[in-house]
Amino acid sequence: MATTAATPTFAPSTTYGQTGIWSWITTVDHKRIGALYLYTALFFFMFGGLEAGMIRWQLAQPNQHIVSAELYNQLFTMHGTTMIFLAVMPLSAAFFNFLIPLQIGARDVAFPRLNAFSYWIYVLGGIFMTLPIFFNSAPNGGWFGYAPLTTLPFASGLNIDFWVMGLQILGISSLAAAFNFITTIINMRAPGMTLMRMPVFTWMSFVVQFLLVLAFPVITIALVFLLFDRFFGTNFYEIAAGADPLLWQHLFWVFGHPEVYILILPAFGLVSEILPTFSRKPLFGYNVVIYSGMMIGFLGFGVWAHHMFAVGMGATADTVFALTTMLIGIPTGVKIFNWIATMWGGQIRFAAPMKFAIGLIALFTIGGISGVMHSSPPADLQQTDTYFVVAHFHYVLFGGSIMGIFGGIYFYFPKITGRYMSEKLGTWHFWSTFIAMNLTFFPMHFSGMLGMPRRIYTYDAGQGWDTFNLISSVGTLLLILATLIFVFNFLTSRKNGAVAPGDAWGAGTLEWSIPSPPPDYNFAEIPVVTSRYPLWDLKHPERTAGIAHSAPDPMTITDAHATPVHEETGHKTAAELGIPMPFNTVKPAIAALAIVMMFGGLLFMHTGKFAVAMTITIGSACLFVGTLYAWLTSPLE
Amino acid sequence: MASAVAHEEVHEHTHYTTTGLDNRKVAIWAFIGSECMLFMSLISTYLVYKGKSIVGPFPHEAWTSPDGHVFKPILNIPVTTQSTFVLLMSSLVMVLALAAVENRGKPGYAGTLLGNSKLWLAATAALGATFLGYQAFEFTSFVHEGLTIHTNLFGSSFFTLTGFHGAHVTAGVLWLLTLLSIDIKRGLTPKDALLVDICALYWHFVDVVWIAIFTLVYLIK
Repeated sequence: MATTAATPTFAPSTTYGQTGIWSWITTVDHKRIGALYLYTALFFFMFGGLEAGMIRWQLAQPNQHIVSAELYNQLFTMHGTTMIFLAVMPLSAAFFNFLIPLQIGARDVAFPRLNAFSYWIYVLGGIFMTLPIFFNSAPNGGWFGYAPLTTLPFASGLNIDFWVMGLQILGISSLAAAFNFITTIINMRAPGMTLMRMPVFTWMSFVVQFLLVLAFPVITIALVFLLFDRFFGTNFYEIAAGADPLLWQHLFWVFGHPEVYILILPAFGLVSEILPTFSRKPLFGYNVVIYSGMMIGFLGFGVWAHHMFAVGMGATADTVFALTTMLIGIPTGVKIFNWIATMWGGQIRFAAPMKFAIGLIALFTIGGISGVMHSSPPADLQQTDTYFVVAHFHYVLFGGSIMGIFGGIYFYFPKITGRYMSEKLGTWHFWSTFIAMNLTFFPMHFSGMLGMPRRIYTYDAGQGWDTFNLISSVGTLLLILATLIFVFNFLTSRKNGAVAPGDAWGAGTLEWSIPSPPPDYNFAEIPVVTSRYPLWDLKHPERTAGIAHSAPDPMTITDAHATPVHEETGHKTAAELGIPMPFNTVKPAIAALAIVMMFGGLLFMHTGKFAVAMTITIGSACLFVGTLYAWLTSPLE
Repeated sequence: MASAVAHEEVHEHTHYTTTGLDNRKVAIWAFIGSECMLFMSLISTYLVYKGKSIVGPFPHEAWTSPDGHVFKPILNIPVTTQSTFVLLMSSLVMVLALAAVENRGKPGYAGTLLGNSKLWLAATAALGATFLGYQAFEFTSFVHEGLTIHTNLFGSSFFTLTGFHGAHVTAGVLWLLTLLSIDIKRGLTPKDALLVDICALYWHFVDVVWIAIFTLVYLIK
């Protein structure tokens, strides 16, 4: 492993021959957009963490009034909304952007400008949702915003409006990105990169894009109904007019449950890249991991009502959803065993990414088991809306998604920046996070079982909850400190980390065959792929020998395998190699701004300024259409 | 010979893709898949709320309000049958428009009515606009008969569902007019067939959605 402090071949800031803020605003390079996603999402992750910190401070002791009850509602609503839509999903999107083209041997995504559009919608929508908390008018209806509680009679004020508009805006970002990545994965694979040779991260991302495409329209419609109810006086959630009080819950969870897999599958993909690399063994049961990923995606649409056992749907519906929920535990468990079997007999190297990957296996399994406990309606009736559920989903989302994403950041940091993150600080970060995470969330199992309700502002002493809450709060403080170690490591390693070669960890997939950081055109010459681990076939043929995944004709492998490695040509610029590159353009950012203004303008309707609302909204709509025409009629490259 | 040259040019200017299909074609299919879920949510809500309205007017039943006002069943099926026919015919001329662009200059198309892509694109847009005219007429007559988006669950779910569909038709008409203006300005050649092709896919999808809406909302009582 390289430890010299020489300058990397490509200094991160000048890799693409472009510097300055304007180049970042106008960039259409998938790697730079991936970096933008990473920085922005880490910022929102920190922000959501501070919100959690305030929640835990308020709950540390009984009968406290650190924050007002009204602010508390805003804090837990924004903590959930921020972590799901502004932190974990965009952190996954950072990896989709950076990795998918590199893993499939492409020069960029299918629609580079649409990709920039997705990012700008996300960041502007994120600001739109986050700013109100400084004016005491942030969304306060929970991340699931149950109607009719969020309709006008029960929630006047702009709080819910910010939430409805914000989610609509973020939905556009996710949908645009999903169309883009589906097309990229179907259509931009290098010759020989068949579906069953694709790296597992790309596969899991592929499943996630389908979940996004099919789940987001449902929440879009649920939100449209709510928006119409609030702004135009329709009756969708108006019980007096005969509306079904469960309509929102059904629509929301038809989206909400696939959303859970949207959050976890990318982390599963990252772990499936890390474990083989640090076990120096191919992934155990590649096909089964892929099929179970597809199975999770498929079954994910058939379990939504297990969030609603407490509403009294009747024995038949309860039974059906209990069974599908238990069923979905199977493909998830299969993956856990595949990862363990991957490590079995391997020459394991416990570097930081590997620690986090193993952390995911351990912690996600705990969350998975408590999840299976919820699948039984009688048990769930006791657990619904208690801290037991909070413990469960933090084990799968923090213990699963966030641990996987941290592992992914340590793993791919050398590829993104050309330098390693500090291994010593990484170890500190891992152990402090691992301990603090359990300290925070494990006691919630007990306080929940003892009846402590979710979303409660404060509580009386002597109900057996005091100690558990105090431990949770201390754990949260440690978790924040642990995250600061990570931030310090992340920021300092960009300039001072050990220089990383192209193949930073001795991994087997295509993205490691090119320099770190990759040149703007990624591959000087599009590789020809004949197996799942082309680099191992070349450097460690003993690892992949006897694995039935390679070319139908093994005789052709040796020659073809020489193609993925072209570090020698990586020093040239795109112009020298004659590779056409997309032009930078500001149009996607303007189009994104127009969309956010379009939704934002509507808010003035609730402050009685109808003319202002219409002027802003219609003006922004015209700006959007005009920008779209200009965008579509200007050449890409 | 001429078409063979044109064919080679297409290959020169398009990037290599795994499936051989243009990226935009794959993307429009993903988009249509997503739109299916959008309309499925709208239609399901309409069906869940069918017969749940507390006050009239109703789609298929007469209703007398407490003040003695009598409302007829509000859906006017003969008129909507006409607009449905118009929309179906627009899909037919859309097919002709695509064929005209794809086969530009070929025997049977060159200089004939069949090869007049401007005519067919204009006809598709005009039929789409006619459908929208019918919808505007339907909406205004409903409002006059006492059904608005605020009146009852039927009004809310009906106007939202058909309004969303109408918005899709409007976007399609704008798209068709854009293609028409390109055709008038520089002429659409077989190289541009993909532009018409993806618009046609969208247009046919919107048409198919209307068939579902017409059957589930208007015909089934």
